[in-house]
Amino acid sequence: MSLTLALEVGWGTTMAIKTLVVLMIIPLGALILGYTFLLKMMSHMQSRLGPMDPGGFHGWFQLIGDGMKFIQKEDLMPDGADRKVMAGAPAVVLISTFLVFLVIPMGPDLVVKDLDVGVFYALAVSSLSVIGVLMAGWASANKYALLGALRAAGQLIAYELPLLLAVVGVVMQAGTMSLQGIVYAQRDGSIFGVDWIGNPFILTQFIGFLLFLIAAQAELTQTPFDMPVAESELVAGYMVEYTGFRFLFFFMGEFGTAFAFAAIAATLFLGGWSVPWVHGDMANLLGPFVLFAKLMFVAFLMFWARFTYPRLREDQLQAFAWKVLIPIGLLNLLVTAVFKVGF
Amino acid sequence: MSTTETPAGVPSFELDRNALRHLADAQINVELDTGDMILNLGPQHPATHGTLRLVVRLDGERVLAADPVIGYMHRGYEKLTEVRTYPQITTLINRIDWLSSFANEVPFINAAEKLMGIEAPPRATYIRTILTELSRISTFILFLGEMGLQVGALTPAFYGFRDREHVLNLIEGATGGRFHPNFNRIGGLKDDLPWGWVSETRSVMKMMLDSCDQFEDLVAGNEIFHARTKGIGVIPGDIGTAYGVSGSNIRASGVDWDLRRDGEPYLAYPDLDFKVWTHADGDSFARYWVRLQETRESVRMVLQLLDGLPSGPVMAKVPRIIKVPEGEAWVETENPLGQMGYYVVSKGATGPFRCKIRSASFSNVSILPWLLRGVYVPDVVTILASLYFILGDIDR
Amino acid sequence: MPDETPEPSDAEAPAAGDAPAPAEAEPEPEPEPEPDPRHVELLARLDATLGDAVIEHADALGNLVVRIRNDAWGRFAEVAKSDLECDYLSFVSGIDWAPAPKEGGDDGGSDTSSPVQPTEMTFGAAGSGGRFQVFAHVQSTTKLWGLTVKVDVDEADPAVASWVSVYPGADWHERETWEMYGVRFDGHPSLRHLYLPAEFEGHPLRKDFPLLARVVKPWPGLVDVEAMPEEASASEPTSAEDATEEPAAVTEGGGA
Repeated sequence: MSLTLALEVGWGTTMAIKTLVVLMIIPLGALILGYTFLLKMMSHMQSRLGPMDPGGFHGWFQLIGDGMKFIQKEDLMPDGADRKVMAGAPAVVLISTFLVFLVIPMGPDLVVKDLDVGVFYALAVSSLSVIGVLMAGWASANKYALLGALRAAGQLIAYELPLLLAVVGVVMQAGTMSLQGIVYAQRDGSIFGVDWIGNPFILTQFIGFLLFLIAAQAELTQTPFDMPVAESELVAGYMVEYTGFRFLFFFMGEFGTAFAFAAIAATLFLGGWSVPWVHGDMANLLGPFVLFAKLMFVAFLMFWARFTYPRLREDQLQAFAWKVLIPIGLLNLLVTAVFKVGF
Repeated sequence: MSTTETPAGVPSFELDRNALRHLADAQINVELDTGDMILNLGPQHPATHGTLRLVVRLDGERVLAADPVIGYMHRGYEKLTEVRTYPQITTLINRIDWLSSFANEVPFINAAEKLMGIEAPPRATYIRTILTELSRISTFILFLGEMGLQVGALTPAFYGFRDREHVLNLIEGATGGRFHPNFNRIGGLKDDLPWGWVSETRSVMKMMLDSCDQFEDLVAGNEIFHARTKGIGVIPGDIGTAYGVSGSNIRASGVDWDLRRDGEPYLAYPDLDFKVWTHADGDSFARYWVRLQETRESVRMVLQLLDGLPSGPVMAKVPRIIKVPEGEAWVETENPLGQMGYYVVSKGATGPFRCKIRSASFSNVSILPWLLRGVYVPDVVTILASLYFILGDIDR
Repeated sequence: MPDETPEPSDAEAPAAGDAPAPAEAEPEPEPEPEPDPRHVELLARLDATLGDAVIEHADALGNLVVRIRNDAWGRFAEVAKSDLECDYLSFVSGIDWAPAPKEGGDDGGSDTSSPVQPTEMTFGAAGSGGRFQVFAHVQSTTKLWGLTVKVDVDEADPAVASWVSVYPGADWHERETWEMYGVRFDGHPSLRHLYLPAEFEGHPLRKDFPLLARVVKPWPGLVDVEAMPEEASASEPTSAEDATEEPAAVTEGGGA
């Protein structure tokens, strides 16, 4: 591959650089999302300021300082805990997050590996985190953790389907499962002949976008679907016995996955890194920033819902997924198919 | 992991599983005969409003039986009142229901005044009523926000605390204390109102009405809140009264009983024109709704009181050392949490001989073993939040 | 039973036979206040159902207090719920009429900050048969009346029937009364500690159970009256009203 600077590097080096970048993005993305939305947006919604002192300017250093604090804490495990499983659970969650980032494109060439089944792969590996959650809940030797983990398992599996149905509509419209392909389809496409804004699927797949947002909210166990970590009942649910850097891993995994899902939503529905009239190497330069802006918008919507709504009870949550979201998803699929074939 | 041992003395949670057969998923559990789990909610727990401990026996997520364990905050008030003088007791009883402390003092002072045959001057009576209603507003605004928190919405709780500050500032302006005013004296009040307090109160009351509207939009109108609270924790009216449940809880079950209107006349309530709100359902949403309406009603009452505030002294003539003549008096009032009553037995000394404190939350919480059978764990939290008890009120 | 509300002030009212001549200078006796019609109705219904189980009744500043026999306590609950239409249980508690032991010995009289109770045992409204009584208050949310009912319990083996089958709310009240006074409630499903830990010994609200804070460290009296700085240098460091330093007593216990 060559960049604008005409550097010739081998395949191995390229892979190494890209992997390193992705590894750095996870904590960085978690930090940015956490600070902007969890610390600042939530505070302002609740008529308070949030951290102001650490780092001087509006407390930007707060989360980094928290990370540093977590790392130097004692590694505690409860008496009856299964040590190996308890240590492995955060790793499973983080690995699943990392694997998702491998297919998210930030520019025409800025993707670790553009798989032909990109979307399918992304959804598949993001479900690996369920295993991590179950491991955490069981190994913690704590009844609250177990309750939380069991709730999470049911919820995460149930909401895979609406997620999938939302995405299938996009795939039908784009004609490909590859994420780069979907971005190109949006940039170069047109809506009934009008093409100066391309074909962002949010306009034609509006229902799919909503479905995706709701299902992503549930996949991330965020209110209104945060029964597994219901703060006022279970006090962090399956994570309750985790302290120190293991808790940091969970936290990074949670916000990293939020970053990933927001990026996927931006890619699938908002056009990802693309702006309709920008091509070539300019796109490589602008791409990351464009994608970042779009994903921040999606994340804003997700976190806004998180801080406003109460939480649904577990059985109501399941009923909502199976009886409401899936039928709507299927209907959306039907309508999309009709439009695709007929027009 | 599940344990089935019963600590000594605790009644065994033997339950007729056939009785639960009508519940859809209980059918499966009965046939599978899965083990039960004993879970300890508390005493440190975000849902239990303080140091209440609920030992629940769970079958999956369903509660089979619940046993509240109280007493973590027992301070021995009734023993203490036997060795304190009346003014000293006034300081003590502020701390029974600490969110609406002014309202705790009123029935006790009324009982002492009844025994002595003293009547507080009308201005003092009006100011006492205003401060009681202000403490009712402050505690209910907090409830409106904090019940949202228990159900999962993080933001309304902050609004509740923020709006409550205005009322606390008013109480502090008048009495010098935000939480524990200690303002009542036998025969009247410690002091008169400061300059400008009345107009400040009027503007704060306008703010409180806006705040109620905001809570109605944000919480009471939210579909998820409805799904979490409607039909949850239904208390039938007759069972509620047999347990001694009082206040907004019993009015939400359709029992039209408010001591401000129906009990022995006290304070300035006979002069006021107010509506008693009831709701027919008796579930958690009804309790929320009733308290929302009562907050608005309290605001209207405060405005009426401010309009009719008489002038005059705030303290009647009382001797320096207060010796209350022999006798017994029972005074009950409609406190924010429910019916609060003092049965004061005096033998002519400077302090009571026996002072039975009837606190509202004690009876409100005693219905939990009956109420929590067969509900889900998240519903336990909703029910606890909707009953709105204060630990100091339960444990005294 | 004819309704008589014995009022202390009527003790010296002229008896029926003392009809004074119309032009007497004797002041008109205060007309006996009208008995509360709710009390009249309640007593009539009680008379019809319990009859002579009602030993005494009194009007304590507007509140009807009735004392009934120990064996009628359980029946009273049913009567209250059905005939008196009292659907609401306010509380059940106990009272110990024994005088409290004097604090700080016999010379603690100079301290006015702590109440000094009389040393003889006297009883309150509607009297009492002994040291311990259980009393309760029931009300009606529909008829808007209520009454306090007292019952004597034996000092050596205090026991009375339980109300749990009629008023389920009595469960906790009776547990508390047992815990604080030692009164057994027959028929209660599980009489165990409510506030105090399970291994607690003694019954705290009995008058012979010492308030431990007082025993370990005697009440220091009025300590908030300190001499002004200029006076303090001129006179003794301690003010006259200050309780004398009691280092021995303070260091003895762990403090209150």
